Amino acid sequence: MSTGRAVHNYRMQTNALHLRFSFFCFPFLRSLLAAFLAAGLVAGCGRPRESLTLAGSTAFQPFAEKLADEYMNRNPGVVVTIQGGGSALGIQSALSGTAQIGMADLVKLPPEADGLRHVIVARDGIAVVVHPDNPVTNLTLVQVRGLFSGTLRNWREVGGADHAVAVVSREAGSGTRSSFEEIVGGVDLSGDALIQDSNGAIRETVANDAHAVGYLSHGLVNSRIKLVTIDGASGTEADILAGRYALVRPIFLVHRDTLSPAGKAFLDYLLSPPAQAMLAASGLIRAK
Amino acid sequence: MKINAERLASGLLSVVAFSALASLLLIALFIFREGLPFMLKIGLCDFLFSPVWNPAVGQFGIAAMIVASLGVTLGAMLIGVPLGIAGAIFMNEFLPVPVTRVIKPAIELLAGIPSVVFGFLGVMVLAPLIRAHLGGPGLSFLAAAVILGIMILPTIISISTDALAAVPPAYREGALALGATRWQSVYRVTIKAARSGILASLILAMGRALGETMAVIMVAGNTVKIPRAVTDPVRTLTANIALEMSNATGMAREALFATGVVLFVVIMILNGVALSVIKGRGDRR
Repeated sequence: MSTGRAVHNYRMQTNALHLRFSFFCFPFLRSLLAAFLAAGLVAGCGRPRESLTLAGSTAFQPFAEKLADEYMNRNPGVVVTIQGGGSALGIQSALSGTAQIGMADLVKLPPEADGLRHVIVARDGIAVVVHPDNPVTNLTLVQVRGLFSGTLRNWREVGGADHAVAVVSREAGSGTRSSFEEIVGGVDLSGDALIQDSNGAIRETVANDAHAVGYLSHGLVNSRIKLVTIDGASGTEADILAGRYALVRPIFLVHRDTLSPAGKAFLDYLLSPPAQAMLAASGLIRAK
Repeated sequence: MKINAERLASGLLSVVAFSALASLLLIALFIFREGLPFMLKIGLCDFLFSPVWNPAVGQFGIAAMIVASLGVTLGAMLIGVPLGIAGAIFMNEFLPVPVTRVIKPAIELLAGIPSVVFGFLGVMVLAPLIRAHLGGPGLSFLAAAVILGIMILPTIISISTDALAAVPPAYREGALALGATRWQSVYRVTIKAARSGILASLILAMGRALGETMAVIMVAGNTVKIPRAVTDPVRTLTANIALEMSNATGMAREALFATGVVLFVVIMILNGVALSVIKGRGDRR
């Protein structure tokens, strides 16, 4: 008796659940479909537009997106798509033609990019950062090497509190990491280093750990973390242009010899003074 | 006509059912094709038993990550299983039905919370607590195990509750009529009758713990090193693939596929063991 009723109740419940689901889902799905179709119609009915794809460096991606929006506002006939994927992918897609222009933030281009033309669109400083409560304000390049290689393991050794250093680095293959290790020179990353997979994750980790040290794109330093000067220079545009700050890498745009006129026009725009000023305002360093 | 409609329905359903199997086969085929040649090239032993992972200089050892994956999963099960099963028993056997009607959907909602939110919680709350009270960098083996332990709770609780609810009331009534206390009837009768469902929930939970990626990347610290203490940071197999995938080319990319092969095999072994345990128990009955 009671078994029967329990089963019955259970079925009633599941039925009610299904009804509720379909009630919520279908109108929503239908309107979603309608929206897609409408978008397709609008896009399909316009004049044929020229499209351009940039792919690569995730460090430059947000800046490129901003500039592409600005460019598309001025030139409604062109669609510029910006894709991430990393510097290595940027070079590969320029080589294969999947993207007309590849973006790569590397100290120097790898040999496979020899067949491509390149131009430096901007420079990006790499900032060494610590927690705001950390008394250390300056490090030498040699100390940075020691911290990240795991030979300096206590903040006391570089003038800080008596506490173990928590090194935070990027994943293998990251453009920022390979640039950082190449510029600092002789970094054999400590086996105890924490690994985070983005500039943002590095910032969170350092902001949450009073004894952490990490590095990230200079434009992304905010008040939750503290920038450490390297050999007395803080990596401002003036420092970098005067050559006082070593931790800086170029951002390359690479393309094949046969770049479409639309591609050329966009490249010219990226190097034009207004675009360069926008890049500088968002924390990058001008190309020239 | 009617028979044709029946046939059509059963045909369509079997196509749908087999598509799940087909996708499993295709996934297996793909990762094995991409990963196996690499494993044979650098040597299975070097790949599986070396703890040094440094793709930049061609060192591909995933021993530390295998240890981390298994360890974190075990830790999560140690935390999640007692809590989950106890919760399911409490909800099904001791709580009044109206209360259960509120709590069960709430727990099922917990299953719908995206893993990145759990990871965020781990980074913001759990890691600082571990750092302050137990030392180490906070992002650690322990943080990953605790977060995963919480994440597998809804799987264990909801499937176990269903299994317990499916036990015919006559079993309980019989036990009580024979003079068993409430706890005795739960412990000796209901749990035993619901055993296969409960074990199934544990297998699913284990799969989830082993396969979880986002939350683990956020809280585990991702250092490739065999942990010596629970406060040490670790990198799991899944985290390794997700972390390095975006930048990996050539050998490093193949190594990630090979990591996928190992993960696949580990999951198959664990599921196989769990299934045979269930079967063995079933036979003894």
